[in-house]
This record gives sequence, structure tokens and C-alpha cells, in this order.
Amino acid sequence: MNESVVVYRGFRYLKVATLLCLLAIVLYAFHTPIGQPNGGSWLGYGLGGIGAAIILWLMWFGVRKRRYKPGKVKLEEWLSAHVYLGLALIIIATLHSGFQFGWNVHTLAYVLMMVVILSGSFGLYAYVRYPRLMTENRRGQTLDGIFTQIADLDRECRDVAMRLGDEVNDAVLAAAQRTRVGGGLVRQLSGRNPNCPTLAALKLMQKLAAGPRHDDAGVRKLVQLLAKKDDLLGQARRDVQLLAMMQVWLFIHVPFTFALIAALVAHVFSVFFYW
Amino acid sequence: MADHFTVAIIGSGPGGLSAAGRAAAAGVSHILLERCDHASDTIYKYQKGKLVMATPDVLPLRSDFDFKMGIREDILGTWDRQLEEHKVNIRYGAEVVAIAGQKGAFTVTLQDKSTLTAEYVILAIGLQGNINKLPVPGAELPHVQYQLDDPDEYEGEHIVVVGAGDAAIENAVALAKQNSVTIVNRSGEFARAKQGNLDLIRAAIEKNQIECYYNSSPARVTEKTLVLRTADGEAEVRCDRVIARLGATAPRKFVEACGIVFPSPDPKALPEVSSTYESNVPGLYIIGALGGYPLIKQAMNQGYEVIEFIRGNKVEPADEPLLKERFKGLADVTVEQVLATIRANVPIFSELNPLVLRELMLDSIVHTPKKGDIIFRRNDYSNSFYTIVQGEVEVRVNPLDDSEVVVLRQGEFFGEMGLIAGRRRTATVVARQDAILVETQRRTMLKLIASVASVKRQMDAIAIVRQIQTYIAPHTPVERLYDMASTAKLRRFKAGEILFSQGDAGDSVHLIRSGSVTVSRRIGGRDVVLSYVASGNYVGEMALLTNAPRSATVRAAVATETVAIDGKAFVDLLGSDPALRTEVEAKFRDRLEINERMERAPEAGSIIQFLIEQGVGEATDVLLIDESLCVRCDNCEKACAETHHGISRLDREAGPTFASIHVPTSCRHCEHPHCMADCPPDAIHRAPNGEVYIDDSCIGCGNCQRNCPYGVIQMAAPPPDKPGLFSWLLFGLGYGPGEDKRLRKVHHENVDKYGKHAVKCDMCKDIEGGAACVRACPTGAAIRVDPKQFLSLAKLGT
Repeated sequence: MNESVVVYRGFRYLKVATLLCLLAIVLYAFHTPIGQPNGGSWLGYGLGGIGAAIILWLMWFGVRKRRYKPGKVKLEEWLSAHVYLGLALIIIATLHSGFQFGWNVHTLAYVLMMVVILSGSFGLYAYVRYPRLMTENRRGQTLDGIFTQIADLDRECRDVAMRLGDEVNDAVLAAAQRTRVGGGLVRQLSGRNPNCPTLAALKLMQKLAAGPRHDDAGVRKLVQLLAKKDDLLGQARRDVQLLAMMQVWLFIHVPFTFALIAALVAHVFSVFFYW
Repeated sequence: MADHFTVAIIGSGPGGLSAAGRAAAAGVSHILLERCDHASDTIYKYQKGKLVMATPDVLPLRSDFDFKMGIREDILGTWDRQLEEHKVNIRYGAEVVAIAGQKGAFTVTLQDKSTLTAEYVILAIGLQGNINKLPVPGAELPHVQYQLDDPDEYEGEHIVVVGAGDAAIENAVALAKQNSVTIVNRSGEFARAKQGNLDLIRAAIEKNQIECYYNSSPARVTEKTLVLRTADGEAEVRCDRVIARLGATAPRKFVEACGIVFPSPDPKALPEVSSTYESNVPGLYIIGALGGYPLIKQAMNQGYEVIEFIRGNKVEPADEPLLKERFKGLADVTVEQVLATIRANVPIFSELNPLVLRELMLDSIVHTPKKGDIIFRRNDYSNSFYTIVQGEVEVRVNPLDDSEVVVLRQGEFFGEMGLIAGRRRTATVVARQDAILVETQRRTMLKLIASVASVKRQMDAIAIVRQIQTYIAPHTPVERLYDMASTAKLRRFKAGEILFSQGDAGDSVHLIRSGSVTVSRRIGGRDVVLSYVASGNYVGEMALLTNAPRSATVRAAVATETVAIDGKAFVDLLGSDPALRTEVEAKFRDRLEINERMERAPEAGSIIQFLIEQGVGEATDVLLIDESLCVRCDNCEKACAETHHGISRLDREAGPTFASIHVPTSCRHCEHPHCMADCPPDAIHRAPNGEVYIDDSCIGCGNCQRNCPYGVIQMAAPPPDKPGLFSWLLFGLGYGPGEDKRLRKVHHENVDKYGKHAVKCDMCKDIEGGAACVRACPTGAAIRVDPKQFLSLAKLGT
């Protein structure tokens, strides 16, 4: 019923991009420039011009995505084209360079472009892979629903802990008040929290239940409740992790695009200025 | 010698007051006789603070007294003041016991034996002076009462309210705040009540604030209890007070003693009056509820008019200018002539009383199409009802062949299929010659069907034949269908109710005329859904064709109405029409095959089951999100907010998910929209393409929000303007695209300035390219589908 951007309209834009690349390769193969292949030949200028135009058009996606104007073309079509034309740049820009690399602004632009394309490729992978994992992890619940359950468990834990002495009470209180889901980027991406107060409280209860307070029904109950809460926390952290994975690549993709533009301007300017 | 007046007006309700006011203003010698020590006793006895409505809204008021929607106290206050201002000659405590004499010389006798004479008498006594009493022993006990003035006077009592009308519900709900209240309903539901009251009483019963005895009636009243006759025998209910709200009937004995004749012995019958409100006794006039017009505004207009009639003036009814405007497309005919023509030419409207017909016409449009003009097209989503006053139309029933037509002539109607099913038009209708058509709006027509039995009867009789022809036997001549149609019965099923069960004997075919059903079979001890069948299809033919018991269970997915056709008549028709038999058998084989395949792909059945549970069965267009593609970017919500005054009408995250199909909180554009049911300004409409939308006349009452079972309507004010996209993109100004939900809590300015109004999805009906949520989805996860097409193996079995 639904079509992903990868297969959109029977791979329409894969076909367009492949055609473009094949054309470039064939021309490159039959082209006999003066000296070694370089960006200064007619084919080099042609490929450079096409590449630059594609880059500017790909950048416009950021605006198109946020302009909700009337029109028949769906954003999905834009994204499908964005993906395949972006990948086509690998070949077009490489041929444009004539495989001449060095420590200069020209190669800098090339490297920045490759970073943008690679980060975008990860984005595509994330978009294809993670949505399903996220749904499976949710098990039909919403994140808010999970947090509500956690809050209920906290209340229950504190009621039980009330009668069990300071040590237990402090641990349960800490678990209720200082447990965090998410946080900094690394924490979000890891999907774990090794210093989680809930986990600490759970371990303490397990220790007590196995040893000195093995016949205390309250402690046993807390083991049960905290284990359930730990499960839910794992679920919530996994949710946050997957969402972060689907977004984190944009923190490379977008800034590097702007860096690429700066380098591209320098590249074009220097080529014409020092000609 | 007795006092003499030109006009004696009996009863100072809205009608009598208005008549006396007109008489006073016109200098006619008059007397207004009131039994109580205050005017308008019926309204005086309304519950304290009750909101009095001024319906019908479109009808202008014509009276020397003012009246508009307001609370009881304000209205009575205004009238008391105007009684003095107009110098109305009113006599309180004057109960009339007899009227004798004739035109020019009536003698009116009062309770205190005094008499007065008058040339004309106007009876404006209404019905409430003769309210129905509890017909049981103990009804005379002091704690049995028939009215409730101020519900706040009672506290901590056990009170039983008897009755199921609006008055009983209003009393019960108001008393339940401080008392323990039981309501006694003679039938199984509250069918007579207004939608708003219905919701109130249902909610109160559900929350155990009020106890309800259904199918019960009082047997006797004792000092501390009320004994009820229930379906399970007698039940005793403790009570400190009984409030019986059983309606009222005409005080027949008194009226008949005046010489007035009733048309039938039915206790609900009312005397007939002429177009000038004169009864069969010349000079004796009847206005208001006793004459059949129970609404306040109608009665007040009649009061004004009757005095003018008596003065020999010809007055046009108050709605005359409005009707003239309605009829201005017709050359040189009076309103009276148009109404007479409609009444004479259109049987379905011929039994309506003049006032109801006028009101109906105020809510209708008169069209004068020329030969060849298209009235509506197949698949349009309009759902108004048309009657042919003059001329002919042709119904093009075959989408592939415009020459296959059914001709409808003067007096017939069309458009009822869309009205009943809540779905798209099934045919294109074209004027066959210059014609005059009346188009009546959906809500008006539904009200009429609900309130006038003759309209419903005539409409159903013809609709059944047409539905059979359209959906079962499109190529069979209509004459051959009459026999089968005469065996057919209309049957209603609640959501979840079973039409027939697997293993039952097959004795009938059900044609679904509104709603939808699911077909399921018990496999390995559990119900597996095999298919979803929408309105416009039939079920149950399999058992008849194979002469075997029912092979599956059919259950209503939503409230459903079917035409149940007798099995034998159906088989007979197939026997006499080989072409039809071939068609039906072909469909039958398709179904068999689908059922077999569905049994082998139970996950598709589970998805259908899940979507039906989410109410998708009554949707016409629903937003679904494929969560295996959704990257949770919320661009759908942002697009919605950006294209709809800054407020997103969909909540992506909320709502259930099954097998990666997510049903977000978003409008489904129901076949029979719940939101439309009780919209005071009638601001909710269905656009030609099916979008249910709210127009600018919304008053912000919140009824639609409460009535929507899917929670997709919000009450909101537009958020403040924000900087443009590039200001945000380049300079970080504002909060970017989409709705910033935090703003809802902090921006009071626009709430104060514009007030909150109902907002909902309009499916981007005015936006090129359609639904913004779908267009803005970068990964193709969001789709909008029509369940009629979507809930099938072909779409789900992959």
C-alpha cells in the first residue's frame, strides 16, 4: 500500500541518476583532453556545472520540506530524487576532478561533499531500518504511556519502601527522583544508563532478598516492581536511542553542507581568478 | 350588566399575550383572562434559570411583545413590563368555565359565576393547563408533583422522576447534583429527547449519578416508596418525592363544551382551524399549542395575526418575505400558489401542515434547471434531497452508458440514497425538460423524516425498490422488483450486533443501505474476519444459492440499516431472470474465493478487525500511517498547522497501532458525522468531495467536540502571527514551522480577542494537491484511504 522513497515510482530517480552517471562515464572514457583529464576541459566544466547545479538543488530540499505550498508533487518524490541525485554526485564530481587530488581548496570541497553524501547515506539506512524497530520496541504503547506506567510504579515502590527502613527507602527514593531517560547526545545514542539509580536500587534489593532480608515480603515485592520499571526504562531508552539515530546524522549532514557551499564558492572563485 | 368587549382572549401565554398586545396597540377593546395570579403560567413553571430557545431561528417574530432566546426570568420580566407599557387589560385569577353564544355575542362565564360578553373569543389556553397525571393509586399524595421550579431547593432527598422527555431529563439531571435521583422510563431508550439532553442523561446514568429503570412504569405510590412494574416484576424504590413529567393533552371536555369538534377520538388529537385560525365555531379562534403550533415564536406570531384577521386586515405570514426571496426564481407567482402547487404535485409533502411546509421551504432551495442541466453527478458528495414539483429528470444509472436512464416525473423525489447511506451519489441526474425542483438540506430532511410518519413511510417504500434495483438488479425492469420489495423489511442493527450467525438457516438476504458489516467465520475456536462489506452491497445470498446453512457470521461494524429481503422472493426473482442469476452467481464465486484466501491469510483479517474496532468502518476517508516507514519527523503535523491557521488538526503520536498500521488522532469524515448531529448554527457541512468541515458561523459551543467519538475536534483560538520561514531558517527568529503547543497555554490575547472555535481536519479541500499531511510526508508513510476500497484482501493481503 505504501511506497518507500527507495522504490518510489518503480525506481524512477534511480533510473534518472544511473542514466546521468552512465552518460558521464561514457563521455569521460571517449574524451581526449589536452594533457591529463582535468576540470578545465569542456567536459570538466560541463560536469562541474552539472554537479554544482545538483548541489544547489539538493540544498533547496531544506526549504522545500518546510514550505507547505499547494501543488501536486509530494515531498516523497523530492526526497527520492534527493537521494539518488545525491548519490550520483559521487561519480559526477569524481569524474569532474579527473582524479586529481591534493592539499588544496578544490579537494577540500570534494571531501566535504563526500562527508555530506556519506552522512546522507547513513540517514537513508536509518530511515529504512529504524522505523520498524521503533514500532516493535513500542509494543503498541506510546512513549507517554510508558512514562505514565513508570510514574505509577514509582508511587507503588515508595509506598512499599516506606516501612522498610532508611537504606531501602533512600535507594527507592533516589530511583524515583533521579532516574533519567535520555540526556546528552551520547547518552541518547547509547540507549543505556550505567549509573541508573533504578538499576542500583534493583541490585540492592536483589542483594537484600538473596541475603539478610530473604524473608521480607516487602523487599521481594520491590524486586518485582523495580525489575518491571527497569524493563520499561530499557524500552523508553531504546525508543529515545532509535529516534536519536534517525536524527543524529543531520547534525553532520546539514552543517557540512554549508561548509561545502563555502568551499565550493572558494573553488569556483579561485579557478576563474587564477586562470 | 356584564362588561362587554370586542375581543376576549383566554390564556396569557405567549399567544394570548401577543394577541392582547396587538389589540391594545390597535385600540381594540379587549380583555385578557388569566387563571393564575401571574401571566404565562407554563413558562412561569419552567425550571428556574432555564434557557428558553427561540426556534425556528429563521422565522421572524411579529408581535408587540419582545422575545428572543434567553433565560426564563428575563423573558417573564420583559413581558410583565410590556404588559404595563402596552396598557393591556388583563384580569388575573379569572378561570373560564364556559363559553356560549355565537359570533358577535359570546358570553364567557368565569369560575366566580361572573360573566362578560364579547364579539370574538380567542382560545389561547395551550395544553399545559391540563397536564397528564400519574394514573395510579397514591397519585394524589402531597409528595407527588408535576413541576419543578427550583431544583436547588431540594437537598439530600430520594427523588424519583417519571418520564423520558426533555422536561424529565432536565429535572433529573439538575436534581442529581444534591439528591439521589432515579428516573423511570417506560421504554428501552430516551427516544424523544433532544440530542443534548440525551447525552446528559446517558452520561449521568453511566457515571451512576442517576439510576434508571428502563421498560418500567409506576404501579402505585405510597408514603415513602414508589412501586414500579418492571420487566422482571415489581420493584420498590425509596422516595421522598415523585416528580412526574408526562406531557399534557388538550382539555377536551371544556373545548368540546364550547362547541369545537375534534377530528378523532385519539387523546392526542387537536381541533382543526382555518388559515385564519378560526375554529368550526365562527368567531371563536384557536392559537398556540391547542391549535397544533407548540413553539413560542409561532404562537406569538399567531396572536398578532389573529387580531389583524378579526379587524378585517389581510396579513401575510411573518415568513412571507423570506419565502418570496426563496421563490424569486419563479416568474410571477405568489408564495401561496407555490406552496399549493408543491402540496398538490408532491405526494411526500402533501400531508404536511401549512406551517411545517413553510418552515421546510425556508430551509430549501428552489431550482429551475433548463433541459439538459446537470443536477448532480455520480460520486458527488452532496447529500441533499430533491423533489420534482414540475417537469422531468433522467437518472443516468450506468456509469458506462449515458443512454441507460430512469425517468422520474412530477411528484417523485431523488437523492434519498446519498441521504440514507451518507455516501457518494450513485448516479448522475439531468433535467429532461425545463423543471422546478425543491432541494432540501440533509439536516432538515432528517428532522422531517423523524417527526412526520407519512414522509418516512412514503420515502422508505420507494427507497427500498430503488435500492434493490441499484444494488442488486440494475438491469431488471423495475416492475419485476415490486413483488420482492413488498416482502422486504427495514432492519436496524447496533454496532456489534449480529445480522445472522454461522450455522443459522438462510432465510433472507440483507441489502446494506447504511453502515457496514464484517463477515467472519469460526476457525480453530476463534473468529477470523474474512471481509468488510460497505453500504450498497448485499450479504446472505450464499446460503440461499447453495441451499445450506449460513457459512459465516455477519456483524454490524457500525450502526447499520439493512433491507431484509425474503429468501424465497429472492430465489424466485433469480429464477425468473437468468441474466441476474448469472451476475449474482459470479459475485458469489468471487466471494467464495476471497473467503478461502482470507482464511489462509488471517493477518489481513486481523488488520480489518483492528481497523473496525477503531471505528474505521464508518469512515469515508481516514489517515493511516505505515509505521515501518514513518521516521517520526512530525512533518505531517507541521504541514497541517502551516496550512490551517497555525493549529494542527492531527496528532500523529496518539492513537493505536497494529501490525505497523497506526491510526493517528485525525478526522475520518464519517458517513454520518457525529459532529453534525447537534450543531446549533448548522456550521458543519459536507463538501462535494466528501470533506466534513466547519464554516465561519461556528459559535464555539463545543457540542461537536463532545459528540465526536474519536476526539479529533479541538476548541482553539488562532495563535499569534510568527516570522516567515527564511527569518527562522537564516536568523533563528520565531519557533519554525508547525504549531508550538507551548503557546496554547500562554497566549491569551487571541483567545480573548477571537474566542475559541471548533477546529478540525477539512482534508485540505481548498488546497491544490489535497491533504497537506500526505503531501508533506517525506517517506510516504502517511496515506489517506477510503475504507470501502482499502479493507480488502487485495490491499491488506501483501
